[in-house]
Amino acid sequence: MPPGPRPVPQLEQINAEIFTLTYGSIVRQLIADFEDLDEVNKQLEKMGYNIGVRLVDEFLAKSKQGRCSSFREAAEVVARQALPMFLNVSAAVTNWSADGTECSLVLTDNPLADFVELPDEYRSLRYSNLLPGVIRGGLEMVNMEVDCRFVQDMLKGADCYELRLRLKEHKDEQYPFKDDD
Amino acid sequence: MSLIYSLYVINKSGGLIYSRDFEPSAKLDLNDTLRLASIWHSLHAIASQLSPAPGCGGIELLQAESFDLHCLQAPTGTKFLLMVEPQCPQVTALLGRIYELYSDFVMKNPFYEVEQVIKCELFDEAVDLAVKRYPLMLLAAPQQALVLGPLGA
Repeated sequence: MPPGPRPVPQLEQINAEIFTLTYGSIVRQLIADFEDLDEVNKQLEKMGYNIGVRLVDEFLAKSKQGRCSSFREAAEVVARQALPMFLNVSAAVTNWSADGTECSLVLTDNPLADFVELPDEYRSLRYSNLLPGVIRGGLEMVNMEVDCRFVQDMLKGADCYELRLRLKEHKDEQYPFKDDD
Repeated sequence: MSLIYSLYVINKSGGLIYSRDFEPSAKLDLNDTLRLASIWHSLHAIASQLSPAPGCGGIELLQAESFDLHCLQAPTGTKFLLMVEPQCPQVTALLGRIYELYSDFVMKNPFYEVEQVIKCELFDEAVDLAVKRYPLMLLAAPQQALVLGPLGA
């Protein structure tokens, strides 16, 4: 079973507004550069992925989290430890699929979008799309290939943020003994 | 005379990406270091497959007459090796600290390319400081340091 909520390690804190405003200006700049919202969504996800690939080490080093035995446990750790540590919000893990390869992370608060009102012409923008990228990148580094995307967004009128997480492949056994053939 | 001899970091494909010596007399030349890193990587992998214990994570400690080699493998596959004076306590804690420093000063450096050789001066400095403070770490955990007292003398 997943571990109970462990104490979240204290990191150096920064002003949340600096963070939120910086993220906002990145999104604006991407929209200005690409002029295509699908492309912006893609870029945000990619940036998140690159962050996740690096950030996972910090999480592992500072939370002293050992190897997770299952995808279920990993999802709990992301929701109860990683998100609180870096974003100061926690998520609920719900809606498990019968085979245990899909679940939802439900957030009621999202500091990325604190001051955001999404105008109608930007309906197809997934404003916080950095976040699923970070989760995908981080889990990939611990041998879990996942798909992660927003299915509900409070900016679009839903009453929570819901991230759908789907395990594509768990490469636990092969790694790090990949045969290069 | 430093209790800690050298630090090596091995990436997940077995290449040496960082080495630093704290004790000039324990210095290996670069070729030997590279060889050591790749041999260790293979032995570590072989050991965890051969081990009868389920879920074995590889070799953590190699004890020799003149040094101890402690190894920490992060869940991401990066390995941190410390060569220390025999019987040094608390090396696991120091390795944990070095992993933290790596996540801060290496992984967060935007100009560091993941899996490539680490050339980060801030990381060098932070590691030096952590190693210098290692004897203080021992004082902070008195019972263990006391046990070692007679051995070290």
